[in-house]
Amino acid sequence: MMADQIKVAYWPGCVSRGFTPELHGSMAIVAEKLGIELVELDRANCCGAGVIAEHNQELADTLNARTFALAQQTGLSMMNICSTCQGAQSECQQRLDADSAYRAHINEVLSGQGLSYEKGEEGGWTNKNFLWLLVEDYGLDKLREQVVRPLSGLRVGPFYGCYIVRPKERLGYGEHPDRDIYLEQVIEALGGQVVEYDGARKCCGFPVITMNRETSLRQAGTHVGDAIDAGADCLVTPCPLCHLNLDMQQPEAAKVVNRDLGLAVLHLPQLVGLALGAEPKELGMSKHIASTGWVEDRLTAGATA
Amino acid sequence: MAEYTIKVRRFQPESGEGPYWEEFGVDLDPSLSVLDGLLQAKDRDDGSLAVRCSCRAAICGSCGMKINGQSGLGCKTQIGEAQELADKQASATGRGGEGNSIVIEPMGNMPVIKDLVTDMESTHWTKIRRVTPWLLPHGEPPEREYIVEPESMIDITQSMACIQCGACVSSCLSMEADPGFIGPAALAKAYRFVGDPRDAETHERLHDLADDPHGIYDCTHCFSCVDACPKGVAPMDQIMRLRRKAGEEGIEDPNSGHDHEIAFVKIIEKKGTLDESLLLQESFAPGVKGKLKPSKRAIREMLGSIPTAIRGIKTGKMRSLSKLIPGVHHKLPDQDDVKAIYAHAEEHSEEFNLYIKGEEGELVDDNVEKGIERSTDPDTAEAK
Repeated sequence: MMADQIKVAYWPGCVSRGFTPELHGSMAIVAEKLGIELVELDRANCCGAGVIAEHNQELADTLNARTFALAQQTGLSMMNICSTCQGAQSECQQRLDADSAYRAHINEVLSGQGLSYEKGEEGGWTNKNFLWLLVEDYGLDKLREQVVRPLSGLRVGPFYGCYIVRPKERLGYGEHPDRDIYLEQVIEALGGQVVEYDGARKCCGFPVITMNRETSLRQAGTHVGDAIDAGADCLVTPCPLCHLNLDMQQPEAAKVVNRDLGLAVLHLPQLVGLALGAEPKELGMSKHIASTGWVEDRLTAGATA
Repeated sequence: MAEYTIKVRRFQPESGEGPYWEEFGVDLDPSLSVLDGLLQAKDRDDGSLAVRCSCRAAICGSCGMKINGQSGLGCKTQIGEAQELADKQASATGRGGEGNSIVIEPMGNMPVIKDLVTDMESTHWTKIRRVTPWLLPHGEPPEREYIVEPESMIDITQSMACIQCGACVSSCLSMEADPGFIGPAALAKAYRFVGDPRDAETHERLHDLADDPHGIYDCTHCFSCVDACPKGVAPMDQIMRLRRKAGEEGIEDPNSGHDHEIAFVKIIEKKGTLDESLLLQESFAPGVKGKLKPSKRAIREMLGSIPTAIRGIKTGKMRSLSKLIPGVHHKLPDQDDVKAIYAHAEEHSEEFNLYIKGEEGELVDDNVEKGIERSTDPDTAEAK
């Protein structure tokens, strides 16, 4: 269909096939609609989410080098759909790329498995979150052309997830300084309205949900509440871990911040999918904890108006 | 020369009024600093505008503030760059245009005394003192100075670079939700002594910081402090080092932080991808060590997660045995490869200092130099 069709080695991560299965499903639908071919890395392992690196950096680096090597074996660049995977993998990639002796040491164990991670040349092999790929490789203009159901009147609050916005020097902001406003650009390209609120680039609290439940849920509850106060109809996030705290834990977060919440939280592919004409049900929106009914009503009202 | 509008959050306690915004027009070269802009406004428009500053060269750490919402030093942020960021932020929210106001606020997570002057005592210095920020060597002091290999100090050079400006504290998202959190500056300072070969109370320090529910396991790993720090201290990295050292010493903590970490690591070794329900169970009631003795907290946490699980079953999110029953999760087809990686990494046959970043080849030498350079660390001047 398209001459310059995008084809990527696709790492869905653990959570998109665990507690947020709707993310994995909606990504497949959206990729097909956009004409992005996904070669799923079904043998790849967990990125460690920063926790394995906290335990043993070399272990985390080797585990991710294995994933990178599996991707490189396909001859394709890699795409992920999780801010946390992006952050954890970029951290390991930075250490691997900084030192050839270290790389050789890591490749020692991988070579026994017929694998090897090679440092990409400038502009060569990359690992990008779907958000980055959508804006940098697919392009916002082309995305605009694909919209069949503009999200007119839908007020969307962006929620990035820490690992995709910080630290800037590790995440390619030198080359792509606007990566922390891509969500706003995508919302706008899909015909939606960006809601400005305090929490867009703050922490959802998920990393400490088992360690300090109250601190964790206070963060999630505060951001959801701020977005509601700013008039948001929903949030959108490229991170399934943020989704767990903002959506799955939302009723619990409401208790901690002592207020009613009830705000739909969409995965990025779901928001894109809606604008491309996919139905909420096939995008798995009924699986969410916070009802997405309001978003669906707004879209239907927008379509008939 | 260029013209800028700075929008300053002001607070004058003697007025009896609440805080308010005031805009000033300033006129200076884009390469000059935001602090220069503030001083020009103070000089030309309003002498009562309060801001702390001294060296104007990112050494004294006095002029911490928030610029366009980002914590940092006023003297280290060029006003031209601050303008670009203000315009970019405006474009993201559809306001667009150029010449948007540069927003300047006092540091966060601290009480404001006046305008941009915050009370560093209550949330910064109190917490710094909390971590016993001096060397605790045992035995008779040597006749002259303590002699240590320069290489043994590399590990703590990063934390020694701290100038106590408070920018990391201002940016801390955990402290925003839990003011009791010891916080990035104090914990980075703690690592400076935990990692010092001359200190003799490493275990006691680690135990203290792990045992405090607002200690090392209260950090939410958000990287805010890493980006805010004007001196490259990367406080969060120091907190992760503290966690690793506490783990190596086998220190248990009331937050189940260590159990969570071990559970995560073991699950990936066994399965390759994450078994979420097993992680939850093992974090609170670890059975991996051959015992399953849930604490009161574990029972409370596990019971507390039941409503969430029921909601998940209702919507279909968790409607499968592998998501509900710990341990049912499948393992990767070539899980033996993952196990081989574990075996290799745990051998520690070669030591790499993985915190040192930089261009290939320049890594170690560069940091050894820094290690030697910074041996005039003020914290240990007395001990020497």
